[in-house]
Amino acid sequence: MARPDSSYLLELLNRSSDEILRDWTANQFRNPRLRPELLRESELRDQSSTFLESLRTAISNIEQRQGDLTNILLQEWNETKQLLETISRSRSQKGFTPSETAGFIFSLKQHLFSRIRAELRESPDQLYQEISQANAILDMLALFTTEVFQRSREQIIARQQEEMLELSTPVVKLWDRILALPMIGTLDSARTQVVMESLLQKIVETGSEVAIIDITGVPTVDTLVAQHLLKTVAAARLMGADCIISGIRPQIAQTMVHLAVDLSNVTTKATLADAFLIALERLGHVPEVGRREEPTPGKKLETASLFGTPAARKIA
Amino acid sequence: MDRIPILKLGNFLLVTIQVDMYDQLAITLQDDLTSKIVQAGAKGVLIDISSLEVVDSFMGRMLANISEMTRVLDANTVVVGMRPAVAITLVELGLSLPGVQTALSVDKGMALLNAMREERPSEGLRERKPGAA
Repeated sequence: MARPDSSYLLELLNRSSDEILRDWTANQFRNPRLRPELLRESELRDQSSTFLESLRTAISNIEQRQGDLTNILLQEWNETKQLLETISRSRSQKGFTPSETAGFIFSLKQHLFSRIRAELRESPDQLYQEISQANAILDMLALFTTEVFQRSREQIIARQQEEMLELSTPVVKLWDRILALPMIGTLDSARTQVVMESLLQKIVETGSEVAIIDITGVPTVDTLVAQHLLKTVAAARLMGADCIISGIRPQIAQTMVHLAVDLSNVTTKATLADAFLIALERLGHVPEVGRREEPTPGKKLETASLFGTPAARKIA
Repeated sequence: MDRIPILKLGNFLLVTIQVDMYDQLAITLQDDLTSKIVQAGAKGVLIDISSLEVVDSFMGRMLANISEMTRVLDANTVVVGMRPAVAITLVELGLSLPGVQTALSVDKGMALLNAMREERPSEGLRERKPGAA
């Protein structure tokens, strides 16, 4: 079968793209599912006309090469794909559903098909052929928007996961040279890595000598988690800071002993308050001009000086 | 050949590692440091590794070795200013350097060395105090 220079579909698009565009946009505005609060009319009209134009260019280019119109991997489709990506991404950010986004493409079918049907009423074979081809092209493009939609959603999810990872590991400064790290939720390798890095970084920034790791919010401790904790403690010690682990719940204490986790080198305290007291006590050993000599208001400072002895700080 | 300078600071020696360490340099440092401790009669060694960005198992072992050697020579070693990345690497390598004293900065390391000296009963500082006997 010899192909004509320009197919019926392309010729139709060339001939009556203005009418199709007019009908199509008018219909989209009538659609009750169009959300004027999310998408302005001018924007929608702009998107529709650019899409139609790029569809026409792509079909014309592919036909010149006699390529397969329904193959989305052809480079002639790239421009259209880019356009759809932009549209799809902006709609997913605005809160449209995937079917609403794909519906943007599907709604073109109705106008295209009714026009084809009106013109080819006399030859049902050609009618069927043209409609099925146009159908295949539009289906392919609509599916592509869904794909992009999903991909951009996944990117959002991944970004949120990352943000949650950072949010969930705040390092707070409790006192001069005392840091606290309240850990909440299950610890896995990736999280512990982030925790470890942010704690160590903060130790350098603040010059803190004591870091309290509070695991009250950690529901379970297994050997892996315990090992991560011990690694953090060891790394902090290498940098010259002491770590205290606090908030060990009775069940966790039992589990740790049953798992034979060796915590003999680590100071452990039942509550954050106890750990804080120990931290103040340790820092009280470090001679610091002004702190102990000048009576400062505030109970906690008094506690610090209460525990302060001239003996040197000793690292076991 | 490159050498890492060893500075004498009162009774202590200060070693600041500012270049990337390679094995030969580390071995030279061990030699130099041990002879300098004996020669100067130093009571403490401060190793500042705050500029050190890359560390391997050999370097970790070297730090442990130096610390042990100075202990045998009756001096204390404090490693100061280790970067977080270096600390993580050493721990991941399984080298938590249990025998090495550490401090956050040269200042704090110096205070720690002073404190350790005062603690030693043989240093005589305490015996000489009037009320101690």
